[in-house]
Amino acid sequence: MTKPKVAFYWCASCGGCEEAVVDLAEDILKVVDAVDIVLWPVAMDFKKSDIEALADGSIAVSFINGAVRTSEQAEWVGLLRRKSGLVVAFGACAHLGGIPGLANLSSLRQLFETVYRNVPSVNNPDNLFPKTVSRVPEGELELPEMHSEVRALDQVIEVDYYLPGCAPPPALIMDAITAILSGNLPAKGSVLAPDKSLCDSCPRKDSKPDKLKITAIKRISLMSIPEDKCFLAEGIVCLGPATRSGCGERCISANMPCRGCFGPTRAVHDQGAKFLSGLSSQFDSEDEREIEAFAESVIDPAGLFYMFSLASSLGVKFHDPL
Amino acid sequence: MKRVGVFVCHCGINIASTVDVSRVVEDLHDYPGIAYIQDYKYMCSDPGQNLLKEAIKSEKLDAVVIAACSPTLHENTFRLAVQTVGMNPYNCEIANIREQCSWVHKDRTVATEKAKRIIRAVVEKALLDESLEPIKVPVVRKAVVLGGGIAGIQAALNIANSDYEVILVEKQSSIGGRMAQLSETFPTLDCSQCILTPKMVDVAQHPKIRLLTYAELADVSGFVGNFKVKIRQKARYVDWDKCTGCGLCIEKCPQKVASEFDQGLGKRKAIFTPFAQAVPNKPVIDCDNCTYFKTGKCRVCEKLCPFEAINFVETDTYIEEEVGAIVVATGYDVYPVLNMGEYGSGKIPDVVDGLTFERLLSSSGPTGGEVRRPSDGKIPKEIVFIKCVGSRDPEHHFPYCSKICCMYTTKHAMLYKHRVPDGQPYIFYMDVRAGGKGYEEFYQRAQDEDKVLFLRGKVSKLYQDDDKVVVCGIDTLSGSNVEIRADLVVLAMAIRPSKGIEELAKLLKISIDQNGFLTEAHPKLRPVESLSAGIYLAGCAQAPKDIPDTVAQATATAAMVANLFAKEYLLHDPIITGVDEELCSGCGLCVAVCPYDARKTNREKGLVEVNEVLCEACGACAAACPSGAAQQRNFTDEQLNRMVRAILTT
Repeated sequence: MTKPKVAFYWCASCGGCEEAVVDLAEDILKVVDAVDIVLWPVAMDFKKSDIEALADGSIAVSFINGAVRTSEQAEWVGLLRRKSGLVVAFGACAHLGGIPGLANLSSLRQLFETVYRNVPSVNNPDNLFPKTVSRVPEGELELPEMHSEVRALDQVIEVDYYLPGCAPPPALIMDAITAILSGNLPAKGSVLAPDKSLCDSCPRKDSKPDKLKITAIKRISLMSIPEDKCFLAEGIVCLGPATRSGCGERCISANMPCRGCFGPTRAVHDQGAKFLSGLSSQFDSEDEREIEAFAESVIDPAGLFYMFSLASSLGVKFHDPL
Repeated sequence: MKRVGVFVCHCGINIASTVDVSRVVEDLHDYPGIAYIQDYKYMCSDPGQNLLKEAIKSEKLDAVVIAACSPTLHENTFRLAVQTVGMNPYNCEIANIREQCSWVHKDRTVATEKAKRIIRAVVEKALLDESLEPIKVPVVRKAVVLGGGIAGIQAALNIANSDYEVILVEKQSSIGGRMAQLSETFPTLDCSQCILTPKMVDVAQHPKIRLLTYAELADVSGFVGNFKVKIRQKARYVDWDKCTGCGLCIEKCPQKVASEFDQGLGKRKAIFTPFAQAVPNKPVIDCDNCTYFKTGKCRVCEKLCPFEAINFVETDTYIEEEVGAIVVATGYDVYPVLNMGEYGSGKIPDVVDGLTFERLLSSSGPTGGEVRRPSDGKIPKEIVFIKCVGSRDPEHHFPYCSKICCMYTTKHAMLYKHRVPDGQPYIFYMDVRAGGKGYEEFYQRAQDEDKVLFLRGKVSKLYQDDDKVVVCGIDTLSGSNVEIRADLVVLAMAIRPSKGIEELAKLLKISIDQNGFLTEAHPKLRPVESLSAGIYLAGCAQAPKDIPDTVAQATATAAMVANLFAKEYLLHDPIITGVDEELCSGCGLCVAVCPYDARKTNREKGLVEVNEVLCEACGACAAACPSGAAQQRNFTDEQLNRMVRAILTT
């Protein structure tokens, strides 16, 4: 009997998701035993033509990490969609757009000007910017086109399942692979993690008061953080209540509040908005000026509340003004 | 998918003149989700409702959207109509294209487009509406009445006479309230105590009334039909089961104190009943003034009591009761003269408030009903009454009219004249408000028969000069300054809700208005209900009012209570915000925002639990819930999302 074919691919990502696969440690051997890996750019050498040569639907499952920003990434994920029975959006960037999605707050032109001209470490006297076609003496060079915005995987192709997290924890990855290999899968479109938010499994939940009343937002860089207290009760923004559990509370155990990488529960369309709505309703004041000061004390609301989910939010999309 | 029928009403020309109804019908005909659409001139008419019922049957509709006026008008009409043909009423939705569309626009094209979008949005909602059944809540058929003045007495008697049990709670040791302090009442001049005391006795003897005096509400929880009240019985230091009310202890008590009942004019003992006709007629010890409590010596009452009823070690006790309804009848205080700098700040002994003057007129009062002034006991020959003191003065005191002062001041002047025929009463007034049965005639009588002099104007200053109080005022009708060297001045002080109303309102979760009085649910149509179901308001705690109005309002609260208790179950609107246990992580953000205490964290289960009966569907929790576990029934995020999309899509 032939082993099922599996592909791993990366788009706009940091490489952490690749690390997560390697973090399976000895378990990776079980995976390698059970499947036939047909594509894994970070670890092995494959050509696009190898994939193109496969029959449509012949890859059992493709795990795709990273957000989609370029024409090359869009082309690759389209190809993998055609060739695969199942596509799993692997990690926060494929799932929600992830941290790269925060680039949607800026136009492409603003991004290029920052990265290729304004950053102090850049020396670009000729104002050269990336172009899809460049003429050099040797002929024409091509680069993939940058799209005007970052998209989560399901904004580009149909996605069957989601493995959340930045990066997904090894246990969750192994559970997902086992489920796929055994065919024991939940409804299509499911996120392969528990549906409850993080407070459910939070080791500090007993320290949360019955009625939360926040009087000020505190910044973790400017204070010492108690090791056993509910972050929100201390006035520290923790996205735990708005974030799916299953991460193993890694951040909490390291005395850092949740930043929301697992995304919202299935009932929520927009994690940032929902959290913001929840947080603002906990502010213990009826005085307009106090409330205003409270709102202004959040230095970077988009980065705080939408650190991983801006690209897939309901919010306005930002386009190049020119 | 559900089959949704849409019925567009012309409302005569109310809608049709601005909204092109046939265009709406034509354009929405193919909208996905609309199985049937039709228009009619008046949907709320009998033929309109019949057409709705027929279409539900013939088109096998699962839900209907009536595009017509505001749901506050006819939602109930249409929900009842669809029920008659077997449709769950919560599958009947109203799209408001009148108040929110045709009435506020002139441009027909724009209004027609807007009407379409409103209808599309409500169709999206209807597609996801669930069939719901009202929540049934059993009713505890026992009421508590807070306050034992005429309002509380009347309410308690009426509820008890409907055969329901009542607990009457009064903070003084006797019921009777302010009315017991009054001399005679306008406009008939009946003796106040003579008409009140029989009712007080009825209360004491009524088998359905449990009277708790010298007591106050300490805590309340629960909701309409199922309140739990905790009442603090203050320590009386007299065992009322043993006490027969013989009065020996009062007679022999060596400690005299100014009597609150007599507005400080007379004396009472440290062990006392507030007045002779007190109900219950049993004493309490005022521990702040009792010689034994202050010095550790005396115990005269204990030694003399033939029934060994004195108990100096008694402490406050608490009584817990379950009740279905609460009547708040906590009455009023008069605004202290202390606040009136221009009238001597209460330092001129012969400047008194109206309630004090009542005691001077009362035959059971400190002067036996003879009008004698406080400073030297002389009978005043010239007496000045000033109305609207503190009332109708938004800049310095209160903006409202205290309502009863016009009539009682007229009565005061009249009764004074009856007692002192050669005396001269003057009344300074801003307006005379004599709206009430027999009131105008009473006012005329005071002028014609008793020669009371009414001066239209305000008094700018009062000051003591020898044994006279000089009244500097103006008569605006003649335009002349007036100076009267009076023997006694009576101020018609503003009526204030009684002390502690804010704490009580907080405890009961009912609101108070900008002037401190309890707020009724609707100023015209629900004048005796608070905004919290099952809590009713009677008497001056709600607004200043006279005895007839107080009695009428108290009777109305009793009718409301009887109305509530007549049912075995209460039906609570099923549109509430629940908890999806699969999603809830027990984070508790919703608990803090719930204004009705309907949500509680169950730490053991790691979930939030909802008391559905307490939920008033305000939606605060649904907004606060970051995991989407709190969804308001038939207003889910999914529904609202689809509605917004339907409105925004061109």
